Amino acid sequence: MIEIEGITKRYDATTVVDDVSMVIEPRTIAVIVGTSGSGKTTLLRMINRLVEPTSGIIKLDGADNRSLPGYELRRSIGYAIQGHGLFPHRTVAQNIATVPVLLGWDKDRIKARVDELMTLYQLDPEAFGPRYPHELSGGQQQRVGVARALAAEPNVLLMDEPFGALDPIIRNKAQEDLLAIQKRFGTTIILVTHDMEEAVHMGDKIAVMDAGKLVQYAKPAEILAKPASAFVETLVGASERPFRLLSLGRVRDAVEKGSAEGEAIPGDASQRDALAELLWTGRPALPVKGADGKPLGRVTVDGLVKRAARPA
Amino acid sequence: MKAWLPSLLRLALVMLLVAFVTNPGWFVPLLKPLTENNAPVIYNQGSLLTLTLLHLRTVLIATVAATIVAVALAILVTRPAGAEFLPLSRSLVNIGQTFPPVAVLALAVPAVGFGEKPTLIALFLYGLLPIFENALTGLTTLPANVVEAARGAGMTGWQRLTKVELPLSAPIILGGIRLSVVISLATATIGSTVAAKTLGEVIIAGLLSNNLAFILQGGLIVAALAVLIYDGLSAIERYTARRMGREAE
Ligand SMILES: Nc1ncnc2c1ncn2[C@@H]1O[C@H](COP(=O)(O)OP(=O)(O)OP(=O)(O)O)[C@@H](O)[C@H]1O
Ligand SMILES: [Mg+2]
Repeated sequence: MIEIEGITKRYDATTVVDDVSMVIEPRTIAVIVGTSGSGKTTLLRMINRLVEPTSGIIKLDGADNRSLPGYELRRSIGYAIQGHGLFPHRTVAQNIATVPVLLGWDKDRIKARVDELMTLYQLDPEAFGPRYPHELSGGQQQRVGVARALAAEPNVLLMDEPFGALDPIIRNKAQEDLLAIQKRFGTTIILVTHDMEEAVHMGDKIAVMDAGKLVQYAKPAEILAKPASAFVETLVGASERPFRLLSLGRVRDAVEKGSAEGEAIPGDASQRDALAELLWTGRPALPVKGADGKPLGRVTVDGLVKRAARPA
Repeated sequence: MKAWLPSLLRLALVMLLVAFVTNPGWFVPLLKPLTENNAPVIYNQGSLLTLTLLHLRTVLIATVAATIVAVALAILVTRPAGAEFLPLSRSLVNIGQTFPPVAVLALAVPAVGFGEKPTLIALFLYGLLPIFENALTGLTTLPANVVEAARGAGMTGWQRLTKVELPLSAPIILGGIRLSVVISLATATIGSTVAAKTLGEVIIAGLLSNNLAFILQGGLIVAALAVLIYDGLSAIERYTARRMGREAE
């Protein structure tokens, strides 16, 4: 659990983060969105004390984050810096091993962990381990940056636009991997992004920042349905809202009785994908199948359209 | 130009240099026309090999000392606690450079006596600036998010310095050392005016006895040393730059 209480950061006269309070429940993902310069990175960096707040308190699992020396605190918190920040003079494997080495893990354990993470991020340890960062593509560098943040199995992970340089396919994969890791290890994640799609997909809660202030902090569905201000409404993209709302729901939850012609769609696909398929193929209904392949019923255009409407 | 040609030239120069300082007698016919009245062709008040080695030793000691002091100073003034000393240290080091080495020699002799010591002091002071300036450049132009990533990973100040900041600055610091060495190789010759054993002795003897052959052999050995060392250090610099993921400047 991360409790941010009345955090303010001022540089001289300018207030960069203005009295922000929020609680991130354990084992959840909070996504911070906001325009460039709204203070997202600064807020993130106050959690691991790369930046010291002007006022306010941040508690991790109940303990003030100033109760440890800064460097010890930072070893326990994974940090994927904006723009990867890999060490150019160290190999990929050495980069990933940074925090485990600082923590004094033994060699075999470090090697096993590095290989595991590289395999997870589809970088062959044999081929990529001994390479230097400048010998990688931008997307590969970014994945190494995320792997480095994950290396010491931190309970808390801070990620600053970690998937910005990835193509849509790899980004999707990286998002799914992160969700899987988060589920498996119960990691608490704070992720900064500019991509509303990513925010809605990844976030248990979304925090919207504007000029240093936290203007709304709520579940994605609520942010979409009840934006707190015109700014939030613009940010979430008014014209995209119905589709984003649908993308939050599973087909399984929109199933109606009856049957339909054609190839069945799996129950855990998103409702948005189902609607897209219906519109694209010009059909009024699609059959739905469960994970075991058994038919569950059907989804209809009418049913999905109702679900895309602003909730009461 | 063929890729092997520079290496071949370098090798030839090394062999020529070694041959000259170990067997100067072989080169008598070449230098003979430069002397008059049957004056000696090859320096005869000491072995050229010994003088060359002593010359190199003087430069080495002065450069090592200058490197340690300049890099330590640069590290100090680039830490948050030492930042206020930056202007002061800059002017101190600059004074070291603007003070003519001859004047340093003249001032040092009464204090430490004749011989190698005043020369070492002059070379040390003279060598500080290029190393300090380069170390300062190296330490202050590190990619910001790499240094931040080091902090974010939980490195202490010392770990950041030794594991990230110094390795990444190494190519630029080496560039400063290279400049300093080359300046010192030339400047060391004047140490002979205060009785330091350097190749300057040969040149001064030539000047005193009006012997062009002496002047030339002293000058050429120093020049050959400078070219070879400059070359070798440049190669090391390029290698480290590549290793540190920084392009050679
Ligand atoms: N060390 C600093 N000194 C002065 N001002 C700073 C400092 N660091 C950040 N700022 C300012 O604080 C504001 C917020 O910066 P921050 O990096 O938190 O923005 P951000 O929301 O992460 O933006 P982006 O989306 O572009 O990454 C900016 O206006 C920035 O110029
Ligand atoms: Mg940012």
